[in-house]
Amino acid sequence: MENIQNFQILWFILIGILFLGYSLLDGFDLGIGTLLPFLGKKKEEKDILINSIGPFWDGNEVWLITGAGALFAAFPQAYATAFSGFYPAMLLVLLALIFRAVSLEFRANDEARTGLWEIFFIAGSCLAALLFGVALGNVIYGVPLDNKMEFAGNFLTLLRPVPLLFGITGFAAILLQGASYAVLKTEGELRQRSFQALNILLWVNAATASIYFIVMAFNFRPLLENPLFYAAILITLLGLAEIFFSWKTKNDNALFWKSSLSFAGLWLAAGAAHFPNLIKAINDPNLSITIFNGSTSLYTLKIMSVIALVGMPIVVGYTVFVYRVFKGKTAADHY
Amino acid sequence: MSALLLARIQFAFTVGFHFLFPAMTLGTALVILISETLYLIKKDEIYKKITDFLAKLLGLIFVIGAATGVTLEFSFGMNWSEYSRTVGDIFGPILAAEGVIAFFLESVFIGILIFARNKVSPGVYWLAALLVFLGGHLSAFWIVVANSWMQTPAGYQINEVGKIILSNFTQAVFNPSTMIRFCHTVMASWMTCAIMIAGIAGYYVRKGLHGQTARTLLKIGIILFAITPLLQLATGHVHAIEVINMQPEKAAALEGHFVTKKGVPLYIVGFADEQNERTYGIYVPNSLSFLYNFDWNSEIRGLKEFPKENWPPVNFVFQTYHIMVGIGILSIAMGLLGVFLLLTKKIYEAKLYLSVLPFLIPLPHIAHETGWISAEVGRQPWIIYGLMKTADGASTVVSANDILGSLIMFLLVYLLLFIMFIMLFLKFVKNGPPS
Ligand code: HDD
Ligand code: HEM
Ligand code: HEM
Repeated sequence: MENIQNFQILWFILIGILFLGYSLLDGFDLGIGTLLPFLGKKKEEKDILINSIGPFWDGNEVWLITGAGALFAAFPQAYATAFSGFYPAMLLVLLALIFRAVSLEFRANDEARTGLWEIFFIAGSCLAALLFGVALGNVIYGVPLDNKMEFAGNFLTLLRPVPLLFGITGFAAILLQGASYAVLKTEGELRQRSFQALNILLWVNAATASIYFIVMAFNFRPLLENPLFYAAILITLLGLAEIFFSWKTKNDNALFWKSSLSFAGLWLAAGAAHFPNLIKAINDPNLSITIFNGSTSLYTLKIMSVIALVGMPIVVGYTVFVYRVFKGKTAADHY
Repeated sequence: MSALLLARIQFAFTVGFHFLFPAMTLGTALVILISETLYLIKKDEIYKKITDFLAKLLGLIFVIGAATGVTLEFSFGMNWSEYSRTVGDIFGPILAAEGVIAFFLESVFIGILIFARNKVSPGVYWLAALLVFLGGHLSAFWIVVANSWMQTPAGYQINEVGKIILSNFTQAVFNPSTMIRFCHTVMASWMTCAIMIAGIAGYYVRKGLHGQTARTLLKIGIILFAITPLLQLATGHVHAIEVINMQPEKAAALEGHFVTKKGVPLYIVGFADEQNERTYGIYVPNSLSFLYNFDWNSEIRGLKEFPKENWPPVNFVFQTYHIMVGIGILSIAMGLLGVFLLLTKKIYEAKLYLSVLPFLIPLPHIAHETGWISAEVGRQPWIIYGLMKTADGASTVVSANDILGSLIMFLLVYLLLFIMFIMLFLKFVKNGPPS
């Protein structure tokens, strides 16, 4: 079992899990951010929605920071190519993340400009929610690479239809996370409105996910022989169907888990289509950066495995603890 | 301007800006921990008020620190992709370890510190304070490891294709400059917060605001203010010896020392003339030799022993280094004066001293920035000392125009953050601790 390939595969999966964790957790707070103007009508309602994510958003974002760090550590070639190649897009991601982070704090304390910071918060959340899917779509669908593993396209390359479809699918899934989290954390009229949003988003997701799976099947023929792909479709549809059939049960917790389930299915399909590529070269498959030609040494992968396999269960443990401290419905003032 | 130069300016600017905030978080987390511990022991409401006040401040500082930190992690891939390709084996795991071991801890528990005072028991709240403190210091540790490895690389091999491969993780982490750089940086951060707190409390006491709470805060601030600069001098001293041993041409540049000789003087202020290879100024004879190994006559190598193309910009690092040390010495004097006034019970009436205190708040930040600039610019032309030149680390696919655009964006956005920070900081101070 000393084989480096085992560790390369392990890290493909672990990085997938980190990004999945990111999209489920930061997904709900980016979703709340984007839905804010539709769900919260009064100042007090907006306060409730924002307070519901107040203690969590930063911890959630660390899933992204750690995911990117893990990519750097396990597959530096992919990290270097994607981050330098997609330069303007990465800048937009940074801009979005910076503004959505600080505007929460500024909104709460700079009373004279509450409205302005709210706009920054909504715009930042919305932009980030859209861009992640587009970026993922690009590395999966493929971009032009040269023989030094460098990106050979330009900004417009990133905006082709298939990657944009990934962006929209991810965006819809993030909004679903936001709406189901809003149902979980709110009461009365606000919860009612969140339900309505959830209802609409359910159908939107059914549509985007179906198109996504069909496009996947067309573009990645080997998927049709891959059982994981069918499992992915099943998981997503199951999640969405469960939401549909559990309107009546009044179990607000369950809705959030089901929405997460449907998101996980989308990720599984992406992983199945992508493996073992990290960045697919659309001009010549031999130039693709894969987990085999893009990884660090066996020794580094082993060290990383120890850190991750010991560290992450602890992280998950205390994260669950802190979520439990704040469980239940959120109030308008917390101080 | 070349893409390389722009990338360097952008990195220096974004990291310098980010560092203003962690420099405050570490110390603030320390004082919160102290005050919350005292609250548990003495059950005195004053300590609770102090914690609540500082937790709110910490929330503001932390948010800006976190938001600007993500830029840095991304920038290794965005602007320094050739560097990332070459050292991913070593640099990557260090950044990832920082995420798993440190960032999660701090970011998850800070939620409790800021939002859950009334939701958890005092014991759990104290634990959260401890874990935020630990998380912050662990993240400082890992990032200092990353930087120290670039200064004094260890635990690596170079493979056939020129990649730098990790060969011993422990040696890479505890490379020759890690521990001393960590101690010096953390002490700098504690000192930064000590002076910030003394400054805020000094203002309250002078204006007669917040009664006993302000006095207690002042006491904590002054005690730390007296201790930390002294420890800073000690760690700085050990650090200087490490640099003389590990990076002799940098040490020589910091001191403006050109010709190898015995009995080397120490400059207090001066000017290092790189062209004529001489330094002018006020100096204490033989002192640098003495500080190096307590022998007035020990020999220290000068810059001329090294090829001139490997010299850093000498006068520039000489000046920044001396600003840092100067502020360190000034802080020792002011801290000791403060603790003297405290012990003789005159401090609450010492109007002049109290009104000077708030103006000291920026000084440790300046020392911090100039200290880093000396360390980093002093390392030039290397990005990894002795192994890789900065010029070879930059991204090849990113154009000068791209970077110019991003640099302007960061300048504008960070200016906005800075203005907002100052505004809200002053507002928090004005509102003061809960009464
Ligand atoms: C509040 C900030 C502060 C203060 C007052 C001082 N320092 Fe410092 N110094 C730093 C903040 C700092 C720093 C920013 O933390 C640096 C930059 C890199 C590093 O390792 O720590 C540093 C680096 C640094 C270095 C190493 C440069 C390198 O790594 O190549 C030396 C030799 C000293 N310092 C020496 C001193 C001395 C003798 C001081 C006198 C009291 C002193 N410092 C005060
Ligand atoms: C190039 C260098 C650096 C990188 C890549 C970096 C990266 C980051 C990132 C990604 C975050 C956000 C984490 C979150 O969201 O919780 C952060 C925050 C933080 N960083 Fe940095 N950082 C760098 C330099 C430093 C230095 C020099 C220190 C201290 C010695 C430091 C200490 C911290 C701390 C304590 C935090 C928590 C946020 C805060 O307290 O403000 N960082 N950093
Ligand atoms: C937090 C305080 C820090 C400050 C104020 C600082 C400051 C600077 C400055 C001024 C430069 C430009 C040097 C030049 O003129 O070329 C620089 C470069 C650089 N530093 Fe630091 N630095 C800090 C921390 C770090 C850390 C923690 C790391 C590594 C993890 C790091 C890695 C680099 C790199 C990669 C460059 C670019 C290459 C170069 O120009 O040297 N720095 N930094």
